[in-house]
Amino acid sequence: MDFILSALDYLLGIPFLGWGEQIGFVYKALALLVGLLIFTAFILLGDRKVWAAVQMRRGPNVVGPFGLLQSFADLIKFGVKEAVIPAGADKVLFLLAPLITATLALAGWAVVPVDNGWAMANINIGILYLLGISSLGVYGVIIGGWASNSKYPFFGALRAAAQMVSYEVSIGLVIITVLLCVGSLNLNDIVIAQSEMGLAHALGVPWLSFLNWFWLPLFPMFVVFYISALAETNRPPFDMVEGESELVAGFMTEYSSTPYLLFMLGEYIAILLMCAMTTILFLGGWAAPIDLPPFTWIPGVIWFFIKVSLVFFMFAMAKAIVPRYRYDQLMRIGWKLFLPLSLLMVVIVAFVLQLTGWGWHGGIA
Amino acid sequence: MTLPLFFFYVFSAITVASAFMVISARNPVHAVLFLILAFVNAAGLFMLAGAEFLALLLIVVYVGAVAVLFLFVVMMIDVDFAELKSGLLSYAPIGMVVGAILFLELLLVAGSFVIAPDVVGAGGLPIDATMDNTRALGLVLYTRYVFLFQGAAAVLLVAMIGAIVLTLRHRTGIKRQSTASQLGRKPSETVRNVKVKSGQGL
Repeated sequence: MDFILSALDYLLGIPFLGWGEQIGFVYKALALLVGLLIFTAFILLGDRKVWAAVQMRRGPNVVGPFGLLQSFADLIKFGVKEAVIPAGADKVLFLLAPLITATLALAGWAVVPVDNGWAMANINIGILYLLGISSLGVYGVIIGGWASNSKYPFFGALRAAAQMVSYEVSIGLVIITVLLCVGSLNLNDIVIAQSEMGLAHALGVPWLSFLNWFWLPLFPMFVVFYISALAETNRPPFDMVEGESELVAGFMTEYSSTPYLLFMLGEYIAILLMCAMTTILFLGGWAAPIDLPPFTWIPGVIWFFIKVSLVFFMFAMAKAIVPRYRYDQLMRIGWKLFLPLSLLMVVIVAFVLQLTGWGWHGGIA
Repeated sequence: MTLPLFFFYVFSAITVASAFMVISARNPVHAVLFLILAFVNAAGLFMLAGAEFLALLLIVVYVGAVAVLFLFVVMMIDVDFAELKSGLLSYAPIGMVVGAILFLELLLVAGSFVIAPDVVGAGGLPIDATMDNTRALGLVLYTRYVFLFQGAAAVLLVAMIGAIVLTLRHRTGIKRQSTASQLGRKPSETVRNVKVKSGQGL
């Protein structure tokens, strides 16, 4: 059939099926997936090392030099253990939940441009797609908590439903402020706009490109986005969903071995996705911080992952030094503080852009 | 068969099947999950039609927020399934009547669908390559249809206020937290540094 041939050509780039000009989609996807998983393994280790360093411990240091292979040892451990499914659980949904979490987290990376044009899918509505994917992330938690048929996971699921929906609102409004400045929903355009306009250009020092990025003019939104991202991914100090002091392990209480591994992997990849979103929206994506030779020699993809790691370091430090929030306070800052603040910023930014025409290409790119 | 056509059949088959499962599933939580599956596949159909903005709006608003609240409510109610099933047959005639009316209305709408004479040839107009879905919507939504748009917003606001008014009740005699006074406390007012000699206590 015709469509099978064209699909094979597009996906695999197999020459004898019509010489697909681009490299096959499957190879690109595999490269991204493998790179991402290895990066996640080391990010996991980094998280534990930072946490340990703040508490003046050594952290994992047994497997491999400096404990570098710890995550891989954990992977093998989770893989070979027995998966226990509780007797009263809804078996299909119980196993579906971790799959949903992991798949959605990985799907989000399909639109992330790790270098200029290096996105699996460079779509016009990239940022909206990311918002959609992160808003679906709550389903893994809710379904997992309900299907476990046990009280602590159920409480975790109920908390997650309210928490993640609340913080999506402020994330959406933060994204709108950035979109107003750029005038495009394409992630590639958002990054390029940050290098073509901004404070450094206004001051006449265009090589200081880190002054161009949106973190400076939209600094309040940067802070709101960082805190909302913590809450959206259930990271401490907002990890009431799995708060071990009251809910054992929250929605993950009944999970073991590979399903647990998928939950954990999905959670960390979703966190990295949020870090990547912060990088793209506020920290200039793949661009070098100073537009001069020693910095521009480093390829963009390396810069991108350096920035993602830096944002993740901030996430890890928040986990290490901030005590867990109380649930009503979490709701209070979400609805009574961040929502009015980000709404106000949307109005202010829109007014300023309309009056001055400072947006990228006058905001109508 | 082309690739979009193939996906059209996949999406629409799953949409119809999961819509059927919504009304036939025994467990209400499963029914809501099938509803979500139907939403996602409808978004896929929008995507195939080239309306990518609407597709993602459907995902963000309906799947990401509204259906989460559905699930939230359905998970918490304790339903007796046997009782629910026994009452099902007595409601069947009403359901049939509603279904028949809806079907008739759909037929009437589909039958009265005409293409306005001034847009008959519009299908052949060249599409502006720089124009995408989002921008095209934004250009008319806040200019030509601004009153309809604001009207819809007002309706939603009224619905929200109505829901709050219906459920809000002021109870007297309960303790409330004052966040301002909690945040306004100073260490000097609440913490005292005491040096205790060993073996004495306070």
